[in-house]
Amino acid sequence: MSFINLMAREINCKIVYYGPGLCGKTTNLQYIYERTNPEAKGKMISLATETDRTLFFDFLPLALGEIRGFKTRFYLYTVPGQVFYDASRKLILKGVDGVVFVADSQIARMEANQESLENLRTNLAEQGYSLDKIPYVIQYNKRDMPDIATCEELREVLNPTNVPEFEACARTGVGVFDTLKAVAKLVLTELKKGGP
Amino acid sequence: MVNPQMVMYEEEFNQIQTVVDHLVKSANAKSVFIVDKNGQLIAASGDVEHLDTTSLASLTAGNIAATGGMAKLLKENEFATQFHEGERANVYITLVGNRVILVVIFDAKSSLGLVRLRVKKASEELNHIFENLLKKVQEPGGDSPFAEITDEDIDNLFND
Repeated sequence: MSFINLMAREINCKIVYYGPGLCGKTTNLQYIYERTNPEAKGKMISLATETDRTLFFDFLPLALGEIRGFKTRFYLYTVPGQVFYDASRKLILKGVDGVVFVADSQIARMEANQESLENLRTNLAEQGYSLDKIPYVIQYNKRDMPDIATCEELREVLNPTNVPEFEACARTGVGVFDTLKAVAKLVLTELKKGGP
Repeated sequence: MVNPQMVMYEEEFNQIQTVVDHLVKSANAKSVFIVDKNGQLIAASGDVEHLDTTSLASLTAGNIAATGGMAKLLKENEFATQFHEGERANVYITLVGNRVILVVIFDAKSSLGLVRLRVKKASEELNHIFENLLKKVQEPGGDSPFAEITDEDIDNLFND
């Protein structure tokens, strides 16, 4: 649910990075944080365990610039990827405006990708959203790793509806901003229509 | 539409700001915030210049969401209030009309009793304002203020 403040002339939107454990959601946010001008970003908050696994969420506020005199702010969140944190994942999806599904390209993680995507669909449905209707893009991360599935294979399994997809290596930043821009654009286009 | 878009108009914004400004004084608080349940800051008053209000808003909403999740598991409707006691600062958090979150930060100059009392009255006023606001947003014919943005406007945002 975007929040439009006519008084302060601001649009605020919430984007959630979803995906299986260790797929690189936090790394996406860290790269965005490192490469954004200090005046365009707020503090990045990570609620993580002692071993740096996301416990609740990561949060990064970003100011993208102005559209017709309205400041656009995007609040980026990640969910904890590990299966047993499902209750927390549900909470973070509340009021979401756009979703990035970060898939791990490694063949060994294919099943985890599928399970997480199915979980995303279920959890969105619980909030009354449909993955087929909300702004949604997919990122094939870790393209630099050995033993990865081809994009065609990933597409077949994870992207049957053909949403915008991006190859990425979040650690070096390849594809990170392309993914963010694509989802932000979809969110703003949806806002133009008066949704979601 | 599951979640109607939240739009804040000048009239309601001023009303809300008046309530929070007043609450800072009447509760002897350091600062007061209104945050929506998705973590976006709606209004703030008091000593907020040196606070990272964006992060506080997001964490407050996360906190309320987690507590709400616990309530559900315990078959409770909601735990409407929370109190965090620190050495210097205390935080009193309460849900208003199950829609927005009212956060009061106070120190030894005030007390939990006073804050509770003042928050109760402010909550009623805020609830009323947000009810009206929600009605206004849901009125038919209330076009999105962004209906006129073009695809080009959106593209321009990403050109640098």
